[in-house]
Amino acid sequence: MSFDNAYDAITDASDDKHWAFGTGFDDPLSGVDRAVPAGVSTADLTAYCLMLADDALVLSQRLTEWCSRAPELEEDVALANIALDLLGQARLLLTRAGEVEGRGRDEDALAYLRDEHEFRNVRLVEIDCGPGPGGDFAVTIARLLVFSTWRLAVFERLVASKDPVLAAIAAKGVKELAYHRDHAAQWTLRLAGGTEFSRERMVAGMARVWPLYDELFTTHEVERSLPDVAVPPSDVRAEVDEVLDQVFTAAALDRPDVAPMSAVAGKSGRDGVHTEAMGFLLAEMQHLARSLPGAKW
Amino acid sequence: MGVAKARGVVLPVDNSPTCGQARAIAERVLDPELPVLTLADLGVLRDVREDGGRVTVTITPTYSGCPALDEMRADLHRALRDAGYERVEIRTALTPTWTTDWISADGRRKLAEHGIAPPQHKAGPVTLNLTPPVTRVRCPRCGSARTTELSRFSSTACKALRRCEDCSEPFEHVKEI
Repeated sequence: MSFDNAYDAITDASDDKHWAFGTGFDDPLSGVDRAVPAGVSTADLTAYCLMLADDALVLSQRLTEWCSRAPELEEDVALANIALDLLGQARLLLTRAGEVEGRGRDEDALAYLRDEHEFRNVRLVEIDCGPGPGGDFAVTIARLLVFSTWRLAVFERLVASKDPVLAAIAAKGVKELAYHRDHAAQWTLRLAGGTEFSRERMVAGMARVWPLYDELFTTHEVERSLPDVAVPPSDVRAEVDEVLDQVFTAAALDRPDVAPMSAVAGKSGRDGVHTEAMGFLLAEMQHLARSLPGAKW
Repeated sequence: MGVAKARGVVLPVDNSPTCGQARAIAERVLDPELPVLTLADLGVLRDVREDGGRVTVTITPTYSGCPALDEMRADLHRALRDAGYERVEIRTALTPTWTTDWISADGRRKLAEHGIAPPQHKAGPVTLNLTPPVTRVRCPRCGSARTTELSRFSSTACKALRRCEDCSEPFEHVKEI
């Protein structure tokens, strides 16, 4: 704007206070018909929005852990930007969840004040894929490839959802996810076709995330009870299989042959039953917001 | 809302005669991350309505998580308040989805003049790319077509980083979405 230097801009005597956590959009979903479509259960729609939101929020948190730790500066920037896209998707979806739920919870309340069993993300996004002893860059790329291929396939169908808000969020997300998938596929090729060492890591990375692959395509009762609103993930399995097989072929990788991680008494991420990594992740993500409720800067 | 065609760019525009000064002021506000462009050049300014002393401005995010959106809102507020408008409301429209096709011809020219390769028209996001990417982006400095992508994501989510193989200069490219 009309400031001579950045300091003037920062100290501008404006009464616009910012939330420290979300940024307090008044109407992030405007321009869309926000009424809940006729015949749709608000409890189910809230739960479905949380599922899609939590997948993006939790993976965003995991990707930001790489900031300053990636193999090269460009990759720090790339992973942070991908995390930012996912965070944006999460914020819109959380806002929609809170609005449909009608109990006055906004994006911040839903992101920072829910406990582990209330998070409905798939387990793939929460496991620790590094940096650090939990994994490495190749595991992170393997997860990103699987996740973005799957989410893109779901969002491409969600564009036709009977809920106009979900349709609009998906229309935006499709463009972003196409770049994420391409980025992960490029790295998969580069690591698999690089040195013996990088290839070994890529093979191990894919094997590490593969036990959580099946869970992505298990249609939950919430998804079943929202015909024409939700996308049953079992519908996208053939397409996701095919896309990943193309990448595997180009990278001369074999589809991993490992057993799926089992559910706990039939319940998994979508039911709020998570792996032990989840509690640590939430502790880090929620600590500040819970210590200083309503903080502004 | 009418639809105006200008230099091949289709932008939904409000043609209501009540819109006077406020529109001109809002159109001049600069994008915080690409300050060579105005919000109008970038195509994120969707609507400006004046009703008595009240102004309602509608903008749309480029990417779902674009952090510049808040700055845009604050800058619009400030510009309109400084011009004497006391009641200013900034709305954020989620749909229709922003596309780089909405960057105006003027905006494209300004980007190129400032060393940022403008997006191609009607290109859309990349599809899955399993072969070496085809170079289509020209160097904004020397015009060479021999340029290489260094990173798909650059200083902001909306730009990629490239290098010209002829003049060796790195430059940014606004990605097509």
